[in-house]
Order: sequence, then C-alpha cells, then structure tokens
Amino acid sequence: MTRTLVEHVGTAWRGVRWYLREWSGEARWDAYLADCAAHGHPPMTRREYERRRSDARERQAVDRCC
Amino acid sequence: MSTTATAEATGGQTGRRRPSLRSVLVWGAVAAVGAVAWTVLALARGETVSALWILFAALCSYAIAYRFYSRFIARRVLQVDDRRATPAERHSDGLDYDVTDRRVLFGHHFAAIAGAGPLVGPVLAAQMGYLPGTIWIIVGVIFAGAVQDMTVLFFSMRRNGKSLGQMVREEIGIVGGVAALIAVFAIMIIILAVLALIVVNALAESPWGVFSIALTIPIALFMGVYLRVLRPGRVLEATCIGVVLLLAAVIGGGYVEDSALGDALTLSKEWLVVALVVYGFIASVLPVWLLLTPRDYLSTFMKVGVIVLLAIGLLLARPVLQADAVTDFAREGTGPVFAGSLFPFVFITIACGALSGFHALISSGTTPKMVAKESHVRLIGYGGMLMESFVAISALIAAVVIDQGLYFAMNAPAGATGGTAESAATFVQGLGFDTTAEDLARAAASIQEPTLISRTGGAPTLAVGISNILTDAFGGSLAAFWYHFAIMFEALFILTAVDAGTRVGRFMLQDTIGNVWKRFGDLTWRPGNVIASAVVVALWGSILYIGVTDPLGGVNQLFPLFGIANQLLAAIALLLVTVLLVKHGRARYAWVPGIPLVWDLVVTMTASFQKVFSADPRVGYFSQRDLYADARDAGEVLAPAQDAGQMDQVVFNSTLNGVLQAVFALLVVVVAVHAAVVVARAFRTRGGVPTTEEPAVPSQLVEPAGLFATAEEKRAIARHEAEQRELAGSAR
Repeated sequence: MTRTLVEHVGTAWRGVRWYLREWSGEARWDAYLADCAAHGHPPMTRREYERRRSDARERQAVDRCC
Repeated sequence: MSTTATAEATGGQTGRRRPSLRSVLVWGAVAAVGAVAWTVLALARGETVSALWILFAALCSYAIAYRFYSRFIARRVLQVDDRRATPAERHSDGLDYDVTDRRVLFGHHFAAIAGAGPLVGPVLAAQMGYLPGTIWIIVGVIFAGAVQDMTVLFFSMRRNGKSLGQMVREEIGIVGGVAALIAVFAIMIIILAVLALIVVNALAESPWGVFSIALTIPIALFMGVYLRVLRPGRVLEATCIGVVLLLAAVIGGGYVEDSALGDALTLSKEWLVVALVVYGFIASVLPVWLLLTPRDYLSTFMKVGVIVLLAIGLLLARPVLQADAVTDFAREGTGPVFAGSLFPFVFITIACGALSGFHALISSGTTPKMVAKESHVRLIGYGGMLMESFVAISALIAAVVIDQGLYFAMNAPAGATGGTAESAATFVQGLGFDTTAEDLARAAASIQEPTLISRTGGAPTLAVGISNILTDAFGGSLAAFWYHFAIMFEALFILTAVDAGTRVGRFMLQDTIGNVWKRFGDLTWRPGNVIASAVVVALWGSILYIGVTDPLGGVNQLFPLFGIANQLLAAIALLLVTVLLVKHGRARYAWVPGIPLVWDLVVTMTASFQKVFSADPRVGYFSQRDLYADARDAGEVLAPAQDAGQMDQVVFNSTLNGVLQAVFALLVVVVAVHAAVVVARAFRTRGGVPTTEEPAVPSQLVEPAGLFATAEEKRAIARHEAEQRELAGSAR
C-alpha cells in the first residue's frame, strides 16, 4: 500500500527532471521525434534541428525585465 | 464535448458551492497567522522583532489574495473561458505560438519578469524603515502589480499576443499610441542606464567582483559553442558545466585579488562604463546562440537558486530586525539615500517588487502566445507577480537585518560620507547610530573588500545582507565568498537584462524607423542592426556616464527617475485595462484596475510634480539647477562639487533629469486624456463597443486550470486521451 521512500524520491526526481527538460526546451526534440513518427516523416538530425531552433530565436526579442 | 469537463471544473460561471469544512479551517488558519504577523509588525516598538514575521505576513497575505482575489478577477472581471482556444492553440507553429504547460510557462514568465528591480528597490526604500516597504510590497502586489500583470496578459492573449503599444494604439487612439511608444522607448533607455549603474557601483574598485563577472563572458561563450557545435541541444548539461565554472570563478576571484592580476582588475567607475558600453554593443550584435541564450540559462538558474537559498537561509538564521519600523527620514524626507518624503517616494523607489510597468511589456510579449488555457493567466500572471513580490520581501529583509549604521554608510553618496571609514562613522553617528569607524572597517574586511563606504545602488548592501544571513544559517567563515557570490549573481542577471534590453530597444528602433525607411526595418539587414544597436547603446551609455560621474551621486539622482518612469509605464498599462473593461461592457468591474490606476497616477504625478517644481533643491531638479547655477555664476563652489567643472556638471545633469522627468509625465497625461475620452464615449453607447478582440474558437485541449490538477480534471484528461486514442484508432 504505502510507497517506500525510494519510490517517493524516484517520483520527485522524475518530476524535477521533467520540469527542467521542459523548461530548458530539451524535451522539444523528443516531441519532434514523436511527431515525425506519428506522421511518418523521416526526422532531421538533432544538430540540424537545434540549429533551426536557435536561428529562429535570432528574430525574437528576449523578454527580460528590470 | 470533452473540453467542457474542464470548463465546468475551472472557468465556470456557475453558482458558488458551499465551502467545505476543511477549506474553512485551512483558510481560517492562514488568515489568523497572517493577522498575528501583521499585528506584531505594526505594534512592536523598541523590542526585538524576528524578520520571520515579515515573511509570514507576506506568505499568508499572498495565499489569501491568490485564492480569493485572483479567482474573483479570473471569473467575474475577466470571465476567462476555457472553452475558447488560446492563440497558442489556434496558431501553434512551435516557435512564436506554442502551447506550453502552465507550470513550465510560469517558470518562463517568472524568469522574464524577475530582475534587479525587486532586489535593489526595497533595499533603498529601507531608509524609511521596514514597515512602509513591507506594507507597500505586499498590499501593492495584491491590488496593483499582480492585477496589472494578469489583466494585461489576458487582454493581450485575447488579441493574439499583441504588444502593449499596439493595443494602446488600437484601443485608445493613434496619439495615445505614439505617446506610449515614445514613453516605452525612453523609459527603457533610463532603465538600462540605471541597471548598468548598479553594476558599475558594485564592481568599482573590486577586483574580485570584476574577475568573476568578466569570466561569465567566456563561460557563456563556451556554453554557446557547446550547444551549437559540440552537443547540440543538451541545455541542462551545458548549464551544469556553466554553473560549476561560475562557482569556480567566484572562488578563484578570492585568490586573484591578492595576486598581481588584482591591481590590473581594480577598475575605476569610468573604465567600467567603457567596458560595459563596449560589451553591450558587441553582445547585441552577436548571434544570440553565442552569448545571450547561454548567459540567460545561467542567470536564470542562479536567480532561482539564490532565491531558494536565501529563503532557506532566512528560516535557519531567523535574523532580528535592526531598522526601526518607521524612521525619521520617512516623516521629514531628509534621507541621505534618496531625497523626498514617504509619500510618494517610497512607492517610487520600491517599484518592481509591488508594481512594475515593465511587466506589462512581457505580459504582452512572449507569454500570451504560449498560454494553453485562458484560466492559466491566473497562475502565470497573478502567481508570477506574487513570486516577484516575495523576492522583493526577501531583499527588504536582507537590508533591514544588517547594522543600520553600516546601511547608511554604504548607501549615502560619497559627498555625504566623505569616503573614508572615519568620516563615514562621524556621518552615521550624526544620524544617531553608534557605529564606529572600526566597525565599518571590520565589516569591509570580513568580506574582503577594500571599503564599503558609499557603495550605493543597493546591490552591495543586499550582498552584505545575504552574506550575513547565509553565514549565520550555514556557519563557517564563508562571508567573503557569499558576498561575492551574491554580487556575481546580481551583476550576472543585470547584464543579461542589459543585453536583452539593448536588443529589444534595437528592435523597437528598427521597427519604428522602418515605417519611413523600409530597409532599416529589415531585422536581417546587418548595417541596420549595427546602427540601431549603436544608437541604443550610446543613449543608455551616455546617461550611465552622466550618472557615474554625477557629483551628487548617480543613484541618488537617477533612481527616482527610473522608479517614476517604471510606475508611469504601469499607469499606461492600467489605463489600457480600464478602457478595455469599459469597452467590453464590464464597467462595473473597472474599479479592479481603476483603484490601482488612480493610486498610481496620484503617486507618480505627485512625485513628478515635486521632482520638477519643488523649491527644495534636494528634491526638485530645477531648483537644484538654479541653486548650483547661481553659485557658479557668483564664482562659488558648493559641496559636494569640488570645482567649477563639477558645478557645470551638476547644472547640466539636473537640467537633463528635470526635462526627462517632465516629458515622461506629459506623455502619460496625453495617454490618460485620450483614454478618458474613449471611456466617456464607451459609456455613452452603453453595453460595450467593438474592440480588436479575436472571435472565439472552440478549444480542443483539455488541461487542468490551477497549479495542481484536481481529481475531476484528471478524470477529464484521462477521458479526453481515451477519446483521442479511439479517434486515432478508427482513422487507421
């Protein structure tokens, strides 16, 4: 019934890891792969994918406040 | 429809349910703890008060405001509707528009709004005592700052993420729009200059600080190359390496200070200005992947890390408040840190931690294009701002738990303290503190800085406070490390804000000039980028230089201008929200943005009026100008100026500051008058007039509304996912 401490730590760790990967945008690659698989497209390489993302960022303003 | 399950559970306009016993007990307890904390803070006089009371008063007030007031705003005032698709869902392109998990977007939004403002404003405001600052940071955020952030986010989201300037132009009119555009640009320049000034004051004559900050540049460059070439996309790896290198840089600074390199890195303020201007220019024309993006990852991680560390430190160290609840300066307006009385200047000085106009630019920038569900504006807009306010409260605590003689010796301009430990001790003893020259020298030695006298700008004071709290909390003799760690963290994200701000300023300039000269508006045209960047950097760089060399003290002179500018921007944002509520036929709720708007206008207009017309030369820029101009013409030199050249400088600076101040206030008056006309017209037609709101499109997403998903929402999501699978299965 009750979960062990190890299990709790494991859940918390997975939560933190999920959050950081989502926040930093790392998880976007996984989402892209899943999307390609669902539509049957061959995915581009990670290098190419990340390069496109960072080049797109070039035209966006970075919001940073005082 | 699967989506209605969430709508019922969250956005609903359905009748109220009776609160459960558990909920009554929990919220009753929160209210009771909050009430006790406020009572202790308000009534304690002359006895030792723990700083934790401030923390409890803040946390309980935030909890109640979030639970009740923000829900009222979401349901009744804005009428958020989770059955409507957000722009992120309608236009999803994976770049600008992107459906983002509410908790992740909360993190992005918070990282975007939190900067140096909430850290230094409360530190400076501490000269009035701890109580005025505490009250305004908490009450201000609940009724003004968080309301502004949430409502602007909502209205921008309903308009595909339009910017504040665009919305003002379309909803209030072209004149108001142009006034708002000029105000935003000018205010941005002032903010960049003041932020840079804070960094200069923190790093001047501090080789340890200069070393660790300078190293952040190669560290960020390395991370940039790592992410682009070595291991593309591994952001967390690169950030971990970066943070380790950064800590090594802070530790290394301690050794460098005593070495031969130490002298080379002991830079005067003037040289630091040159360094910052050159850096700012290069950073804004380099590709973002090389410097800006990796630096941003670093500064965000450090920011969140330090805030968490400070909160833990406060709980462990439980420091005692050293400042009076309300000082004599609050009543008399003769404080050395900034001139002027409690009303209006405490509100101007605290700025970002309670109400920040700049957040309106972010709430109408990237964030509204990423919101998954309309109900999320509550968590992201209101909740994000509460978090920012919590940062401000922590900074206030750090400033009021250090020895107050030291506080005034650090924050009064060099003209007042005389610059040496002896003269500064005489000065603070004159204010009624028993701090001695030895105490001041010992404080500087304990953190391995040559001196702490007149280290204005708030950042060094905050770093001393953080260092004291963390040393008390975790023990050991790490005071010097913690001090320089805190300085590095503040300077790091101020520099990030300077990079990003210069870029935003460049975009605005290119966009505006692009209306008359098409080529210049093309963001990919290199010469255009370089010219626009140079103009923006030159503008804030020259104001920075003026501030740094000001004989009267740059922070003392420029910070009020910065504070008023930021609050004036907030007035424009609140005007827009009030106008929109009336236009949407919800005038009966116009008091929600209306009360903070009226308050903000009264504060900023009083402050602007005093800064322009006050006969007291310490407050009024023009009477200050006259005083120094007359003395100069009579061939005299007035302290703290030391020669005729400095007299000229004071005359020039106070004229410039006075003119800028008057222009900002006039721009806001223009917007306000136009807004009043629009409101009057809307009232005459009754029941709402057309706005630029996008038509409703039904949403296909199922998402929880609050921070935590309720059991009902989890069931709705499971149901929706099952349906999706079924659909996908039958399509095959």
